[in-house]
Amino acid sequence: MKINDVILKTVTRIVVFIILTFGVELFLSGHNNPGGGFIGGLVLSSAFVLLYLVNDIETVRKGIPFDFKKIAAIGVFLAVGSGVGSVLFGENFLTQAFGHFDLPIFGVTELSTVVLFEAGVALTVVGVVVTIILTISEDV
Amino acid sequence: MTITLSIFIPFLAAIFIPLIYQRIKSRHIGWFVIIVPIALFVFLASYIPSIANGSTYIHTIRWVESVGIHFTTYLDGLSLIFGLLITGVGSLVILYSIYYLSERESLGRFYVYLLLFMGAMLGVVLSDNLMVLYVFWELTSISSFLLIAFWYHRKKSRYGAQKSMLITVSGGIAMLAGFIMLQSMTGSFSVREIVATIGQYTDEPLFIFAMLLVLLGAFTKSAQFPFHIWLPDAMEAPTPVSAYLHSATMVKAGIYLVARFTPIFGGETVWLYAVSGVGVFTLLLGSLNAVKQTDLKALLAYSTISQLGLVMSLFGLGSVALQQGYSTDSVIYTQATFAALFHLVNHSTFKGALFMVIGIVDHELGTRDIRRLGGLMAFMPVTFTIALIGSFSMAGLPPFNGFLSKEMFFEALLNARNLEVFTTNSIGTLVLVAAWIASVFTFVYSMIIVFQTFFGEFHQERVEKPINEASKGMLIAPSILATLVIVIFFFPNVVGNYLLRPAMIAIYPTFAGAERLTPHIKAWHGFNPALWMTIGVVVLGTILYRFMRYWRGIYTIAPLKWNLDTAFNAGLTWLENGSHFLTRLYMKGYLKDYLVYIFVFFIIAVGGSILFTGSYSFDFSDDSSIAINEFLIVLAMAGAGLAMIFVKSRMTAIILNGVLGYSIALLFVVFRAPDLALTQTIVETVTTALFLLCFYFLPEWKKERSGKKTKIFNGIIAISAGIVVTVLGLAVQGNKMFESISVYFEDSYRLAGGKNIVNTILGDFRAFDTMLEVVVLFIAGIGVFTLIKLKSKKEEQDIEDQ
Repeated sequence: MKINDVILKTVTRIVVFIILTFGVELFLSGHNNPGGGFIGGLVLSSAFVLLYLVNDIETVRKGIPFDFKKIAAIGVFLAVGSGVGSVLFGENFLTQAFGHFDLPIFGVTELSTVVLFEAGVALTVVGVVVTIILTISEDV
Repeated sequence: MTITLSIFIPFLAAIFIPLIYQRIKSRHIGWFVIIVPIALFVFLASYIPSIANGSTYIHTIRWVESVGIHFTTYLDGLSLIFGLLITGVGSLVILYSIYYLSERESLGRFYVYLLLFMGAMLGVVLSDNLMVLYVFWELTSISSFLLIAFWYHRKKSRYGAQKSMLITVSGGIAMLAGFIMLQSMTGSFSVREIVATIGQYTDEPLFIFAMLLVLLGAFTKSAQFPFHIWLPDAMEAPTPVSAYLHSATMVKAGIYLVARFTPIFGGETVWLYAVSGVGVFTLLLGSLNAVKQTDLKALLAYSTISQLGLVMSLFGLGSVALQQGYSTDSVIYTQATFAALFHLVNHSTFKGALFMVIGIVDHELGTRDIRRLGGLMAFMPVTFTIALIGSFSMAGLPPFNGFLSKEMFFEALLNARNLEVFTTNSIGTLVLVAAWIASVFTFVYSMIIVFQTFFGEFHQERVEKPINEASKGMLIAPSILATLVIVIFFFPNVVGNYLLRPAMIAIYPTFAGAERLTPHIKAWHGFNPALWMTIGVVVLGTILYRFMRYWRGIYTIAPLKWNLDTAFNAGLTWLENGSHFLTRLYMKGYLKDYLVYIFVFFIIAVGGSILFTGSYSFDFSDDSSIAINEFLIVLAMAGAGLAMIFVKSRMTAIILNGVLGYSIALLFVVFRAPDLALTQTIVETVTTALFLLCFYFLPEWKKERSGKKTKIFNGIIAISAGIVVTVLGLAVQGNKMFESISVYFEDSYRLAGGKNIVNTILGDFRAFDTMLEVVVLFIAGIGVFTLIKLKSKKEEQDIEDQ
């Protein structure tokens, strides 16, 4: 199935970046504002899905040569690993730490280990959603 | 801390093996692997002096505080012996595998499984917490499954793997139930704490059940009658695996468990009868069956079953000392336990060596059938020597270590004859006779290994490959074990004082100061009854071996041919057919049927509980008025929902479904739940994309024709489901059955440093749930991928039935 919709293709080129930026923004702002790993991951994967819908799979694969199964695996590893990390510091499993640091450009910034956990969640969501959609669409 | 780490080192190493294997795709990968067990062996061996002085090491990582599950490692004399066996035999087995397995095998996979097993086994013997122990216990079953099925293209390998898995895992689950019973009685999962407090609980009704269930786990794992049937089939595994798992370590996990739980249950007579009875019977049965085998590996498998029975029965006899309490008279019975531990070590040395020898014969000649072998002595002198040492030690002859432990076994039995618990002398005598007959047959099959394989005439045409002595590398590992067999005979008290004494103290904590807890092991006691028994074994055994062809016919007599394997297979078939029938009753293959089940259950469960708790009174007094925009959204949703029933095309239905989803998102916005709104919008988008993808695969959309009765029935279900949801929604506001816990989360900025409560719940307060959800999501993704990508194509060759 080949679609050749010029308008859709042109719009997608710009929109995909907006969606991706929005996804990252949602992911980063999650702790204090609406957003977080799950939503951020879903937004990112919807951007990828859009790319796959507009262009065909081979073209996108040339541009984004990731194996999304591995991305999902890395995500799970990060999420579980951030829990194990706290055990190594003698805390309970999955205890998260946070603190406020004075960084040169950003001013006083809150840094938290929960970001690692959320990154794991986001990566898993992206990996799994794209894997499922790609697998089904390739099975023709 | 370092002890805890030593459990994880094999697992960590297993992660890196595939990476190394990509670079070095040759047999030399084994040299990287062997570092792990050698280092661990040296590390554990460094504890020998301090453990021998009576110290123990404990380290706890707090884990799940609320249910008392902690990662506690405990190193005492008993776990040290097993730890040394696991790492020591492990090193030799890997050394042997380097030369045994050809480079065409997938060595990376092999070593990963082997390391997995090693870590799991160390976990079993070093864990103090019962739950942690259980997890490692099942992990050994799983890694054993993987190793038996290593050559998975063979039908027999898969059968053996499945059989061993089914039997040992069912036993494991029984054991888990036993552990939970113990916890509910004593309130602790820690073995040490249970040992300290068990005295108060022995009269509880659960106590005896807990004991029997734990024993079930031990018996299945250690291949005791009637669960021994998995071990001969497990011999389909590569020989190094058989040497390691199915003779030296994994099958001894059950024995470890019995030893570890002796201080807990040992005071009961039932324990003595169960452990010793099953042990002696297994000993007899195993040795009788071993004689009739023509496959050398099967012979060794039955011999292992029999020897495990021997050790088991000794542990049972040793528990008598605990029954009678500490006194100078009762210490005599602890000798049985001492003999058990000693034989355990000896068995690992001689049986390991024998397995490796059989592996060499198989590797060099391509067969291990004794009817085709013979006269190998002249061609394989080194192999022959090792086989001779191993077999004679197994038969209980001097100057090999098996002689010492066999003598002690007889002595323990002779002592037990005077026990008061054996109400009459006859039971004690019966056990003694049974054990003696078993020893005679042990002697016979040991002779079969040596004489039928290595003596007689060699026929080149009967074997597959030209005969050669094995390569030097392959001979190193069995030679080391054979050397140990002799060294232990001459210096048994080194083992006794440094390894067995601390283990004895671990099993008999109340006897700690006793002088005679560790007897001085002597090869020569003068002509006592035990020695006469050994002489009798040798004489009768030689006669039986000489005239074997005259009496072998008894094995064809019906009662002896009847076996448990047939029963197991029949049971398995029956179970499969039964569950197939049961599943077919309700799995019709129609989506609408499944929806009916789900909704009926929902109506009964939720509707029933609303009726039952009487919470269907509505209270609208606190509700705010409904704004006009909310009204419009709900109206649109109702319209979309109704329209969906009547539309003619699937595309329209999907779009209407989308209208529903996005309207809900709008409602979330109106009620100021931005997180939910965002999630709902994106989920809706992605789902729609998925729907569109699946379009291609879906069949023609047509109305289903069903009878009037079904329609009415389905209509009633649909309407009741709607009513239940509506009532639920309305009733939620008016009825507060519990205090709200949301107050706790409102403090999120101080507790978790986040202003977004939803997010802090997901990432901080309930992070464990989120983590598991992520894992489930990942498994689902992998599941979709494997189901679609790896389904077998029609033109592909079917590798299943070879």
